[in-house]
Amino acid sequence: MIRLLEIEAIKLWNNRSSKILIISYFFLLTSIALIAAIKFDIGPIEFHLADQGIFNFPYIWHFNTYFTAWFKLFLAIVIVSMMSNEYSNKTIKQNLIDGLSKKEFVLSKFLTVIVFALISTVFVFVVSLILGLVFSDYNEIGIIFSDLEYLIAFFVKLLGFFSFCLFLGILVKRSAFALGFLVLWQAFEGLFYGLLLWQTNKSVANAVHQFLPLEAMSSLIKEPATRMGAVKSVANQLGEEFNKDYGVHFFEIIIVLAWTAVFVYASYWLLKKRDL
Amino acid sequence: MFLVELTEPNNTLCTLSTILTINNLTKKFGPLTAVKDLSFTIEKGNVYGILGPNGSGKSTTLGIVLNVVNKTSGEFYWFDGTVSTHEALKKVGAIIERPNFYPYMTAEQNLKLVCKIKEVPTSKIWEKLELVGLLDRKDDKFRTYSLGMKQRLAIASALLNDPEILILDEPTNGLDPQGIHQIRELIKEIASRGTTILLASHLLDEVEKVCSHVVILRKGEKLYSGRVDEMIASHGYFQLSSSKQEALLSLLQDHPAFNRIVQNNGMITAFLNEPMEASELNKMIFEKGLVLSHLVKRKESLEEQFLTLTNNQ
Repeated sequence: MIRLLEIEAIKLWNNRSSKILIISYFFLLTSIALIAAIKFDIGPIEFHLADQGIFNFPYIWHFNTYFTAWFKLFLAIVIVSMMSNEYSNKTIKQNLIDGLSKKEFVLSKFLTVIVFALISTVFVFVVSLILGLVFSDYNEIGIIFSDLEYLIAFFVKLLGFFSFCLFLGILVKRSAFALGFLVLWQAFEGLFYGLLLWQTNKSVANAVHQFLPLEAMSSLIKEPATRMGAVKSVANQLGEEFNKDYGVHFFEIIIVLAWTAVFVYASYWLLKKRDL
Repeated sequence: MFLVELTEPNNTLCTLSTILTINNLTKKFGPLTAVKDLSFTIEKGNVYGILGPNGSGKSTTLGIVLNVVNKTSGEFYWFDGTVSTHEALKKVGAIIERPNFYPYMTAEQNLKLVCKIKEVPTSKIWEKLELVGLLDRKDDKFRTYSLGMKQRLAIASALLNDPEILILDEPTNGLDPQGIHQIRELIKEIASRGTTILLASHLLDEVEKVCSHVVILRKGEKLYSGRVDEMIASHGYFQLSSSKQEALLSLLQDHPAFNRIVQNNGMITAFLNEPMEASELNKMIFEKGLVLSHLVKRKESLEEQFLTLTNNQ
């Protein structure tokens, strides 16, 4: 396993564009802390985002995992190209001839994806913990370490998404087309949902839609904005009330993990079936 | 020449170990049959050539045994058949078609990666780069290399594990004469160290210069496999001339050892149908009172043999 990761590390780390993208990704993950610096001071209106309660434990776990998950697109580029470059350079052929089995090949990519997701999660955990300790109004241990399921959801979300990218890289073999396909797929899920709404009713549409891969990944962590104290009070004044379930659900995690397994096995199956 | 001489064909079975066995291998690409019911074995210590025109199934056959092309039917196994193909490939060095490396990595980094894949120590990288004459370019990126250098790097890479067998598919394709010469010298050098080599080529003289055994393919079918010098049942031919050409001609025509005699440009060519040495013939002719001004014994070149073989079938 270490050998497979080392193989992938050599390939990735010596590629300048991959290296730059990986470094900027982790830089951006850290940059979420910069939100704390957002401060408006226009005459009578004084607004300091960090004071609005977004860094309160345990809400911070929800807030940070939701927003940092957007940066995953950076790594998506790295992952799609690390797969499709093997095809365009024909190095996949040479790897197999040199004695890597097809299983090991897919496994080395998947292990890399796991490592990426894991490091991201640890990063977000550490950054959020520090931010929270500085700005949070509540500092009891019990509160700090509650709602940690958002981190698990974050990990699973990245894992599922990166596995999808991996699969697209193998399926399409060209990085630009694979990323295009990703966008196309997102549009397809939206269209499919619209079609279901039109043909059936909302509950059926929602029930089916939640099983589609990208929707399953995105609904793992619900948007946290309407949960914010400030937003809530504004909404209350307008006579609007949010009654939403913001929790992470076990079956949603299972759906994404199932997709992850499908993508990895489908990648292996494609590789096995194809002549290179 | 560096041909690795074999013991007599009769006792080869007990002295050699088998590296690759192919039985009834077939590969279909849709309606096209690229390899048809192919069987042969590769023994340790020989230099093999797979010969055939473009599209005869050479690369497909190599692709199958190297785990990159899926077979349609038949079987093959490496060594004694007890290890999986990808494990066996760690003891094989192979280059097929173009050299494939990571363009953004240097030669040394690329070879380090190969070492990791083959699970061999990285200590031999410099030695192999030295062998192919690329040591001074080890820190240059692969994409800056010329085709000849890329091909030599591929050979260095294939040798990293001191392989049991080196497989080369059209190694001189697309190279300039100097590059071709360098690669051939390298192959001879490697063969002289006792490494088994399997060389696929459509260039007859290349195979003739390098190989002791040959497998000839046409349209995916095997026409011949065996020693180069036993390719067709031929005992060679004599070229002779004498001041008394007519007497010589009638003498040869009466002799049972010759099946065909051709005369042109004042030279008689007599084809043997049984073994005979030049000295034996010379003695016999001299005893009949004739003196030869020219006597040469020749074997058909591989090209002539190849054409005979492919035309016959």
